[in-house]
Amino acid sequence: MIAKTRKQEFWSGVRDESPILLGVIPFGLLYGALAISVHLSTLASQAMSSIIFAGASQLIVAQLVGAGTSGLVILMVVFVVNLRHALYSASVAPHMRHLGAGWKLLLSYLLTDEAYAVTITHYNREGDSPDRHWYFLGAGLTLWSAWQASTAVGIFVGAQIPASWPLGFVLPLTFIALVVPTLKDRVGVAAALVAGLVGLLATNFPYKTGLLVAALIGIVTGLLIEGRQK
Amino acid sequence: MNIWIIMIIGGLLTFGTRLSFIFLLDRIKVPDWFRRGLRFVPIAVLSAIILPQLTSPNGTLFLSWRNPQLLAGLVAILVAWKTKNVLLTILAGMVALVVIQLLLGM
Repeated sequence: MIAKTRKQEFWSGVRDESPILLGVIPFGLLYGALAISVHLSTLASQAMSSIIFAGASQLIVAQLVGAGTSGLVILMVVFVVNLRHALYSASVAPHMRHLGAGWKLLLSYLLTDEAYAVTITHYNREGDSPDRHWYFLGAGLTLWSAWQASTAVGIFVGAQIPASWPLGFVLPLTFIALVVPTLKDRVGVAAALVAGLVGLLATNFPYKTGLLVAALIGIVTGLLIEGRQK
Repeated sequence: MNIWIIMIIGGLLTFGTRLSFIFLLDRIKVPDWFRRGLRFVPIAVLSAIILPQLTSPNGTLFLSWRNPQLLAGLVAILVAWKTKNVLLTILAGMVALVVIQLLLGM
């Protein structure tokens, strides 16, 4: 196969990312509307979409700031929710060894769920073209632009949403949407149930330490059961 | 903590996680148990947040079919399991919550 030019790679990335935007744009609208409903300023609401640039994390920050949760707890939750990106990072890293530091920094910033999904498919399908990172850039920038634009529209629309709507329930729903599809086997389900039950029993622990205890017990449960199966 | 400080630290955490292995792969070898444990971290932390929010929406345990958050949460879990789609799950859960609250006259 003849290697594609940089321009061809870039536009392939843009084209392959486009259908995914159908799922991303409503999410951006939802985030923008939510941020405004918890009284974040227009500037802060929009800036978060480029500073954090991660849908679930942004929903969490907006919700928890609105609920008056301590900054430390918010940051811990953001960190944990983003851990899956470490797995994406490990997965694309072998394809990016030849790149300079500038490219690595830029593409890391653009490594979202949706950009990862199309890029890794492309990397695994096509042979080793030296300019494949242009595909990643095309997909990543397409998603980034759509995210900024849909946030802006969400902020504008959000100002019109009545305060009585139960938008606070979006947070546990977001978590359900993230966790349930990762429960592929009994080990995962066991870890989730144990952590959930301990979390329920430990809700009154001081400074939200119950969450930490529950998470640790859940993780150890998962590792122990997995170890016994081997 | 100021919202801008939370945003900037949260942004750095997100960026650092995305950069982690792209930057480190040539430099260190990650132990196997650590990589396996990583998979359970989001599962455990998020489940510990989700369950109390569904069973005790107002701070006290409320295990009943008259608990709209619990029922709507179960609907969302079903949709998430069937579709694996974040947005559909959120929409289904919100619609379920509103409908159930109406049905229960809340």
